[in-house]
Amino acid sequence: MSDAPRTRLLKPTRDVGIVGYGAYIPQYRLPAKEVARVWTGGAGGLPIKEKAVAGQDEDVITMSIEAARNALARADIDPTEIRAVWVGSESHPYAVKPTSTIVAEAIGATPHTQAADWEFACKAGTEAVQAAIGFVGSGMARYALAIGMDIAQGRPGDALEYTAAAGGAAYLLGPADEALAIFEGSYSYSTDTPDFWRRADEKYPEHGERFTGEPAYFKHILEAAQALMHDLGSTPADYRFVVFHQPNTKFPQRVGKQLGFKPEQIQTGLLVPVIGNVYAGSALVGLTAVLDVAEPGDRILLVSYGSGAGSDAFSLHVTERLPERQGRARKTQDYIARRTEIDYATYARYRGKLTLK
Amino acid sequence: MEPTSLPAEVYVAGVGLTPVGEHWNTSLRELALEAIRAARQDAGGLRPQALYAANMLAPALSGQTHLGVLLADFAGLRGIEASSFEAAGASGGVALRQAYLAVRSGLIDIALVIGVEKVTDRVGASVHAALAMAGDSDHEAVQGLTPAAQAGLLMRRYLHEYQAPADALAGFSLTAHANAVHNSNAFLRGAVSLEEYRQAPRDSDPLNVYDAAPLADGAAALILARREVLAASADRPLIRVAGSSVAIGALALHDQPDLLGLSAAEESARRAFHQAGVTPEEIDLFELHDAYSIYAALALEASGFAGRGQGWRLAAEGQIGLQARIPVATFGGSKARGETGGATGVYQAAEVVLQVQGRAGANQVPGAEVGMAQCLGGAGATASTHIFAAVKP
Repeated sequence: MSDAPRTRLLKPTRDVGIVGYGAYIPQYRLPAKEVARVWTGGAGGLPIKEKAVAGQDEDVITMSIEAARNALARADIDPTEIRAVWVGSESHPYAVKPTSTIVAEAIGATPHTQAADWEFACKAGTEAVQAAIGFVGSGMARYALAIGMDIAQGRPGDALEYTAAAGGAAYLLGPADEALAIFEGSYSYSTDTPDFWRRADEKYPEHGERFTGEPAYFKHILEAAQALMHDLGSTPADYRFVVFHQPNTKFPQRVGKQLGFKPEQIQTGLLVPVIGNVYAGSALVGLTAVLDVAEPGDRILLVSYGSGAGSDAFSLHVTERLPERQGRARKTQDYIARRTEIDYATYARYRGKLTLK
Repeated sequence: MEPTSLPAEVYVAGVGLTPVGEHWNTSLRELALEAIRAARQDAGGLRPQALYAANMLAPALSGQTHLGVLLADFAGLRGIEASSFEAAGASGGVALRQAYLAVRSGLIDIALVIGVEKVTDRVGASVHAALAMAGDSDHEAVQGLTPAAQAGLLMRRYLHEYQAPADALAGFSLTAHANAVHNSNAFLRGAVSLEEYRQAPRDSDPLNVYDAAPLADGAAALILARREVLAASADRPLIRVAGSSVAIGALALHDQPDLLGLSAAEESARRAFHQAGVTPEEIDLFELHDAYSIYAALALEASGFAGRGQGWRLAAEGQIGLQARIPVATFGGSKARGETGGATGVYQAAEVVLQVQGRAGANQVPGAEVGMAQCLGGAGATASTHIFAAVKP
C-alpha cells in the first residue's frame, strides 16, 4: 500500500466485548495525613485522602484470583473455555515464575490456556486487555482474561508514598454477542520517555519529578484520547463516562478538562482520592466502578497511562446484559467501604519496610 | 584595533530571549543559540568580537564547565574572545559589566552577553544542593542553609523589625503574576489573588510558595556596541548604557553587619546612579531581583526607592504596577517570567531595553526612557546594577 493508513484505529475483525468484570481492593487504609504526620510534621498539601494497603498475606497473585473470581461470577461461563490468562503488574511476586499460571490454575482455566505476565508500569493491565481484544477478535479464542493488579511500593519519605497503593481489576473478554459492554475500537500511543523507572536490583523506583507531568502523563493521554476519538468520529460529549489512569486526584481532573470532559463524566471512575494509585490496576478498577452503575447505551472512554511511556485507549458502549450482572459479585464501592484504618507503623510492618535482619 | 583616546560610550545593538520554561527537549547549548541568534538578528546581523557567558549551574547540573568556548563555538563564532562569568544569581549582571568594560575601553567594538541556565538536566536534591553552593559552602551550605532558608530568615527579621503584616510582601508576587499574563515568554502566565497568597503553603516559614520564584530554563542575550558600528534605525530609539556597576559585600548571612541593609546593592546602585547622572526619581522602571519577594522589598530600599522598612509599602499600596510610580517586574520578574539563575540578570537587562525602546507591547510602561536592572548573587552578596537610557534624537 503506497498510501498512508487512513486510520490508526485498532479494531478486530470480529467485535469483542467485556463478558465479565471484577475488582479487588484490600481492606486496609493509610490516610495521607498519617504519612504527612510521620514525614513532614503534618505540613504540606495532601494529594489524596487515603490509600489502600494490602495485608501481610496478600500479593498480586491472591488479589488477582479474587478479582478473576468476581469477573467469572458476572460472566457465568465455564472457566475451561478461557484460552488466555494474562496478568499485568509492576509488582509480580517473582522476577521469574509467572503470576498468571497460579491465577489460571486457581480459577480452573488450566491446562488448555495461554498464560503470560505483562509489564509496563501502570499500563500493564490495559495492554493485556488490548492484546486480549486481538486474541478474541481474531477468532483464536472465545474468552481471554486480562488482569491489571498491583501492590505499589513507595520509597519511605518520597512524594509517591502518599499514593502508591494496592488493588486492581480483572476483565473477561469474549464475543460481542455475549458482552456486557462492547469495544468500539481502541488505540495505543507509545514513546521512549523515561519519566519513572526501577532497575531490577532496586527495591524502589525513581522518577523525574516534574518531568512525569506534561511530557509524560499529559502528552500520552492527550495524544491517545484525541487519536481514538478522531478515528471513531466521537467527541467528549458522546461519552457518559471517562476513566483515566489516576496517579493522584489532580492529574486526571486536569487532563479531562484539557480534553473537553466535564467533572461529572470523570467523577464515577475517579477512585484515587480514597484508594490511592493502584498502578496497573488504576484505570481498570476505575472502569469497574463505572460498570457497576452504567446503563445500556452508555458510552465509556478509558485511557490508561504507563511510564516509559504509553497510553492505551478504549471506547466502549454498554449493552442490555449489564444491569442483570452488576450485582453478581462484590461492587467496587463495597470494596471501598470495607475499610480498616491503619497507622504508619502498621503499614511499615505489613509492607515489609522494617528490616529485621 | 587601535584604542580610541576617549572612552567609548556603549550602546545596545540588539536583544534576544527565549521563553522561560521546562525545556526538557532542548540542551544548554541549543537554548543559548536561540537567544544568540535572536539578538544578532535584532542587531542587524552584527558579529561580536567577544562573548561573555553568564551561568551558575551548568557545572553542577549539566556536567559542563568551559561555557565561553562551548557557546561561542556552537554559535559559529570561533576565533573570538569568549569566557564565562559566575556570581550566582548576579552572573547576568556581572557578565554584562564585563562586556560593558570591554566596549567602553574602546578595545572591543561589539560584545555579546549570553545568559543561559538549564536547570532541568537534573531533578530533586541535586538541584537544591547546587543552589546552596551560592552561599558560604563551609559555613552555610554544610549546615543545610539553602537560598530559600536564607530568604526565610531575612523575611522573618524584616517582618519583625518593621512590624509588617504577614502578607506585607504579597504585592510583589501579585504584580509580577499580573504582568506575566501578557508576556508570552513567561513561565507562569496565570494571575494570582491575594487570597491565594494568604492560603499558600509555607516554603521556608514565613516565606510561602508565592514568595519564591520558580526555577526554570531560559536564555537571554544582549549585544553591546560602540555608536559607530550601529546601523541607523528609524523605528526605535538608540539605547545607551548610562550606568554599569558591580559591588560585593559579605558572602555569609552571619557576616553581614546590617542584615536588612543589602550593602552591595546600595553601593552598586549608588555607583550606577552617579555614573548615569540620575536619581531614583528619574528611573521609569526597575527590574529588581525578586527570586524571593523579600529581596524585592530590600532592593527597593537599598537602591533608594523607599526608606528603610518601607519597601513593602510600595507593593502593598499599588505603587509598583506598570502605570504606577515605580514599575517593577514589568514582564513578570523572576516570580512569573521565571527565575533562570545566571541568565536572570540578562533577562532583566533585555526587558529594560525593550521597555525604554517602546517595544514592550502589552507590558509597556508608558513613556519609559530610563530603566534600571539589578540582580543579586546569594543573599545580596554580589550586586550588579545597570541603567539604560533612550537617547533623545
